[in-house]
Amino acid sequence: MAKERSNGSANLSFYIHVPYCVKRCGYCDFNTYTPGELNSSNLIQITNTYIDSALGEIEQAAKKLGNSQVETIFFGGGTPSLLPAEEVGRVITRISNLFDLDPNAEITLEANPDTVTKPFLDSIRKLGVNRISMGMQSAVPHVLKALDRTHNPENVVTSCELAKGAGFEHLSVDLIYGVPGESIDDWKTSFESAMELPINHISAYALIVEAGTKLAAQIKRGELTMPPEDETAEKYLLFDAAATSKGFDWYELSNWAKPGAESLHNKAYWNGNSWWGVGPGAHSFVNGRRWWNVKHPVKYQELIQQNKSPEQDSEVLTMENIKDEFVMLRIRTRDGIQLDKLSDKQLEVANQFKNSGHIESSTWSDSRLVLTATGRLIADRIVRELLV
Amino acid sequence: MPAIPLAKAPQPAHTNPEQIRNFCIIAHIDHGKSTLADRMLGITGVVEARNMREQYLDRMDIERERGITIKSQAVRLPWRSGIDGKDYILNMIDTPGHVDFTYEVSRSLAACEGAILLVDCAQGIEAQTLANLYLAMENDLTIIPVLNKIDLPAAQPEKFAIELSKLVGCQPSDCLRVSGKTGDGVTELLDQIVAQIPAPKGSPDAPARALIFDSVYDTYRGVVTYVRVFDGKLSPREQIQMISTGVKHELLDIGVISPEPVSSSGLGVGEVGYLITGVKDVRQSRVGDTVTSYQNPAKEALSGYKDPKPMVFSGLYPIDGDDYPMLRDALDKLQLNDAALVYEPETSAALGFGFRCGFLGLLHMEIVRERLEREFNLSLISTAPNVVYRVYLDDGKEKIVTNPSEYPNGKVEKVFEPIIKATILSPSEFIGTIMDLCQSRRGVLGGMDYLSEDRVEIRYTLPLAEIVFDFFDQLKSRTKGYASLDYEPIGEAEGDLVKVDILLQGDTVDAFSSIVHREKAYPYGVMMTGKLRELIPRQQFEVPIQAAIGAKIIARENIRAIRKDVLAKCYGGDITRKRKLLEKQKEGKKRMKMVGRVEVPQEAFIAALSTNTDGEGGKGKK
Repeated sequence: MAKERSNGSANLSFYIHVPYCVKRCGYCDFNTYTPGELNSSNLIQITNTYIDSALGEIEQAAKKLGNSQVETIFFGGGTPSLLPAEEVGRVITRISNLFDLDPNAEITLEANPDTVTKPFLDSIRKLGVNRISMGMQSAVPHVLKALDRTHNPENVVTSCELAKGAGFEHLSVDLIYGVPGESIDDWKTSFESAMELPINHISAYALIVEAGTKLAAQIKRGELTMPPEDETAEKYLLFDAAATSKGFDWYELSNWAKPGAESLHNKAYWNGNSWWGVGPGAHSFVNGRRWWNVKHPVKYQELIQQNKSPEQDSEVLTMENIKDEFVMLRIRTRDGIQLDKLSDKQLEVANQFKNSGHIESSTWSDSRLVLTATGRLIADRIVRELLV
Repeated sequence: MPAIPLAKAPQPAHTNPEQIRNFCIIAHIDHGKSTLADRMLGITGVVEARNMREQYLDRMDIERERGITIKSQAVRLPWRSGIDGKDYILNMIDTPGHVDFTYEVSRSLAACEGAILLVDCAQGIEAQTLANLYLAMENDLTIIPVLNKIDLPAAQPEKFAIELSKLVGCQPSDCLRVSGKTGDGVTELLDQIVAQIPAPKGSPDAPARALIFDSVYDTYRGVVTYVRVFDGKLSPREQIQMISTGVKHELLDIGVISPEPVSSSGLGVGEVGYLITGVKDVRQSRVGDTVTSYQNPAKEALSGYKDPKPMVFSGLYPIDGDDYPMLRDALDKLQLNDAALVYEPETSAALGFGFRCGFLGLLHMEIVRERLEREFNLSLISTAPNVVYRVYLDDGKEKIVTNPSEYPNGKVEKVFEPIIKATILSPSEFIGTIMDLCQSRRGVLGGMDYLSEDRVEIRYTLPLAEIVFDFFDQLKSRTKGYASLDYEPIGEAEGDLVKVDILLQGDTVDAFSSIVHREKAYPYGVMMTGKLRELIPRQQFEVPIQAAIGAKIIARENIRAIRKDVLAKCYGGDITRKRKLLEKQKEGKKRMKMVGRVEVPQEAFIAALSTNTDGEGGKGKK
């Protein structure tokens, strides 16, 4: 399905932020709200009003970029699977009406295995969603508990089967490792059960303790202890080897896919394509300008209702910014960086990392800088050495 | 009222020496010297109550904050004696109160005929006070023992009167009891100053000789020189000469402090006051030097002049290399007011451009550092303090080493290091722990005396190098803060010393080189390599840390290569944040020092060089 497309600026990706969750997970610092936090118990009504606003922003986008061809749509959150299916449908229809929506566009929706139902999956499949990203995180109950997740591991299996049954050709799961109390064996259990699911894509993220989260407080109080970094590195290498052996190849340092199943939406970010993020707190990037919306849903809705841009702030990338981001993002990908994009000094630095086994020798002769598994583990360090 | 209106008091240059009393106050930090001095200013009427600002005489902020006096002043106090009803001029000469300024203290004492020995009667005498008392006794000063803070509930005047009387050689009942805070007993004290302290003697017709006991740089007036006239007279607009330097100056202003400067028609025998010559550098008007008249010079200088000699050295480096010129300017400015501060440019492979600075002692070093940071807004790294070594090489040549990294490798025949005599006063329950500490620092016990039933004076000879690094902190923590320390240099001794180098990935880090006693080389190496292993972040390659004497490795640690340094997620909303972090790191790179390929954060240098984490496994920290 990954057909080659023209590289023109007319291509656009949409990110639709759904800023609601039934409850907030302990590790999460995303811009999301529970009904309680919004002083409401009626999620249906909240979402209905919210989608009205989102459509308003899509109309604002159309006034600027209406002639663009839309290649991907991604419903992220929050918990997009909390939306009634028809709300998902309204968004897709509106984009389709106002833009040139590619009939083969990749349309992804993030789903919580606890709340997803067969009717919902069937409906959204019919409405055009063709990819589901399931928030699995772990298959080990005590790890899920440490993450403050509500679901029962078996729900993941059921949900994936339902999705398969609904006709989704692309199915991905998210995993989190390096969680307090998680052993190497726990991690193996998780990823091995993930690899048995009817999926063709896995995102595996090392847990990051974000300031201000419940998890951060628990660690500060000594209730939870992060596993040693070296062990987490070990887990990455174990996973990478296992995934490769099962036919999932890495294409970005936290993403693995079967051939042809890479997320086009993700790649749009890393390739510097244009994308429009709809919703409170969402970031957008169009033609070298990046902006982000006001964070609170209420403020966001007010602005949209007044026909104003929900933009809070923006930046126009300088040449140096663009160069930095290019290295910063591309180095994370399997495609890597063409060596002719690097200065002599950067090549010298890169060469040291090649000698230390952090950069592939095989692709180097092919004039591409591609990180090895150990190199991916210190990608930020390598970027710093290249750019700073 | 024993206070006399200034206008009716005996006038400068026209005061009979018989009417003059010159005295100073010997006291420990926080025993209430400044409060008592303030009280005297009030009672004698030179400062009206409404102008009274607390601790009038301590001018510098740091002095005020630390409650110590760095620079002395002299105040002219008119006083009508309650005993004989006659008018007198009391010159109160303030003395610096710390160990590093013994020489300055000795010059202040030399300007006086008497001294008030002021002791907090809740605490008893402290080591530095005792040292200064001995100094005053050597100068044949009349000592008036005074117990201060009698208003405190914890006051034990009887107990400490016995202690003082033993030290001074008088009866416990001879100790005056005052409270600087309430003013109790201060009038009696002023009368006793008149009664007990001898009037100055000198020849009014001899060529002028005046002792410089202080010299202070003032932004507006240039150097203000404080003098005590011994012979003859100094007059306005005459030409004067400094005997030791031979420099000639025009006398632009002369006068007394009461407590603001007041110009006078001169200063006669026994009088104390200030001179202004327009010079901009205190080096041209040195403490201890003798001022004489250029036209009719005295043949002999007053005795006791010494050049200040730096005893402790440290490298000072700006954290931001761009601040180097600012640091140079700041040191230039400080030096105008600090004849004891010496410095010269130095380059460290690890720390960049900086200065090797010489100080009188540890407090002097701390004060300079603090002033540089506070008054000049500089952020500095200072290397661990060290002393001066005199090294004889195999070829017979002599080399003076003030920076450990310049210590010759091999080829050393013998080396001499400075030795000090330390006096420690402490409650007797801590004798054991103090002796342990001194013994562990190569100390040799010189003697021990009981000052009272439960207080003891312990004397040790120690290498200065052993006390420049955290000795004082250790002493304080081992004795719960009760012990006090004084030391004076007494010469040098041969030592069995070696240089320990610290290597990162095979490269010597000059800032970490240290000269230590051979027996301490191994523990030092283990401590330093261990400390650095904790402080230096993991790099993308393995970093061996070694301690070495010459080519011989004596300790080794390893920083393993970092295995994970990556943010797992990088989607749309993460990109700006991540790039900004990168930009911050570009800025932060300035604060990183490269040692070969190894990146060492400034913080690691600061922590590794800090005297706060000691070399004894961290025990006994405050």
